[in-house]
Amino acid sequence: MEGPGAAALAADPTMGSGYFDAYAAIGLLAVVGVLFVAVAFSANRLLRPVIYSPEKLLTYECGVDPVGEGWAHTQIRYYIYAFLYVIFAVDAIYLFPWATVFAAAGYGAGTLVEMFVFLGFLAVGLLYAWKKGVLEWT
Amino acid sequence: MNLLDTLLRCVAVLVVFLVLPLVIGQTEHKVMAHMQGRLGPMYAGGFHGWAQLVADGVKFAQKEDVVPAGADRRVFQLAPAVALLPYLVVLLAVPVGPHGLVGQAVDAGIFFVLAVMGIGVLGSLMAGWASANKFSLLGGLRTAAQLMSYELPMLLAAASVAMAAGTASLTGIMDAFHWWWVPWQAIGAFVFFTAGLAELQRPPFDMPVADSEIIFGAYTEYTGIRFAFFLLSEYGGILVLCALTSVLFLGGWHGPLPDSLGWLWTLLKIFALAFVVIWARVTFPRLREDQLMRFAWTVLIPLALLQLALTGVIKVAISQ
Repeated sequence: MEGPGAAALAADPTMGSGYFDAYAAIGLLAVVGVLFVAVAFSANRLLRPVIYSPEKLLTYECGVDPVGEGWAHTQIRYYIYAFLYVIFAVDAIYLFPWATVFAAAGYGAGTLVEMFVFLGFLAVGLLYAWKKGVLEWT
Repeated sequence: MNLLDTLLRCVAVLVVFLVLPLVIGQTEHKVMAHMQGRLGPMYAGGFHGWAQLVADGVKFAQKEDVVPAGADRRVFQLAPAVALLPYLVVLLAVPVGPHGLVGQAVDAGIFFVLAVMGIGVLGSLMAGWASANKFSLLGGLRTAAQLMSYELPMLLAAASVAMAAGTASLTGIMDAFHWWWVPWQAIGAFVFFTAGLAELQRPPFDMPVADSEIIFGAYTEYTGIRFAFFLLSEYGGILVLCALTSVLFLGGWHGPLPDSLGWLWTLLKIFALAFVVIWARVTFPRLREDQLMRFAWTVLIPLALLQLALTGVIKVAISQ
């Protein structure tokens, strides 16, 4: 990033048409990245030997013949965390737009109380889950 | 927008993304070796084995690519790219120096980087599923569980900085920074950095690749260039995490030297943090899976909520 190109002034995204330009640049970088991956994979295809044998293509299971299917049943003990995460993350998303204005003139103490109400909800939810034993490994 | 200028920036970001992770990797070889009272790689390149990672890269590039017969072929082959590219894209939005020395200023920067960083984990999940290997499946599921537990404290800690700065733009945060933010946001910094380590599956949070339990987790079946991409994404992830931590919590390019040397401060802070990442790997034993989950929900999230309250109170107090 300390290359000559980056030394120039970046367009301020808050001004004028820069808003979508910023995301266009991200898109361009994504394309550059995909190209890089494609070139690397193709180079690898040209350079590598291809000597397959049935043993080599066998699923690795510590050197012995694999038992049963690879897509095995497993008890996911932590699936409840997934629910918790969805609930909390959706809450947390609202923090960001709020964070940019909460201390602006005319807000102050009122928004602070709101914040504590919000944090209170999160904390009570977490405590409830904790009490219910959701966070225990059973 | 000048297309050529943007393209140059993208290529510069790509070069940084391909070089700095190698430097961090080489540092890891050497730092770990010295912390464990041994030498580390000493032969490749002559001087203290500096070319070891280049040699590794050459080896990976010409190694046979084995896709197991039972695997879901397409997904298996795509997974490394999905794991790698998000970290590359995130790097574009990280400010390195003052006066617009940034790949591309994004107005919702924090939001953008956190959202895109989360995608990388999808690569591990894809790899774990597509390998059709029991160990890979377990590793992939552990990865997913880890993401779900640690994304939240990371999000909350980052929101605290956005509150302090009153903006979600990374460059805006840099402009608003004062030195006393470092002690003010110290709890958030700890939460963010720790959660980041867990998301990158770095020790002591490396259960998804725990070699004594599940071989190498989601990456067990990978060889050659695809395996190298997973490795690169890990070290690229360290780079991104350290860069974000230094920008959000340690003042990024702010330092006693003149503004023109701002990028040097950013680099120094990144490498200091990368050293801590390596240090943590050598120092702490691996946590157990349930300990890991408990640590996120009962330690990091309450701490992050505490930091949010602290940030809110002080911010309102000083802006009255």
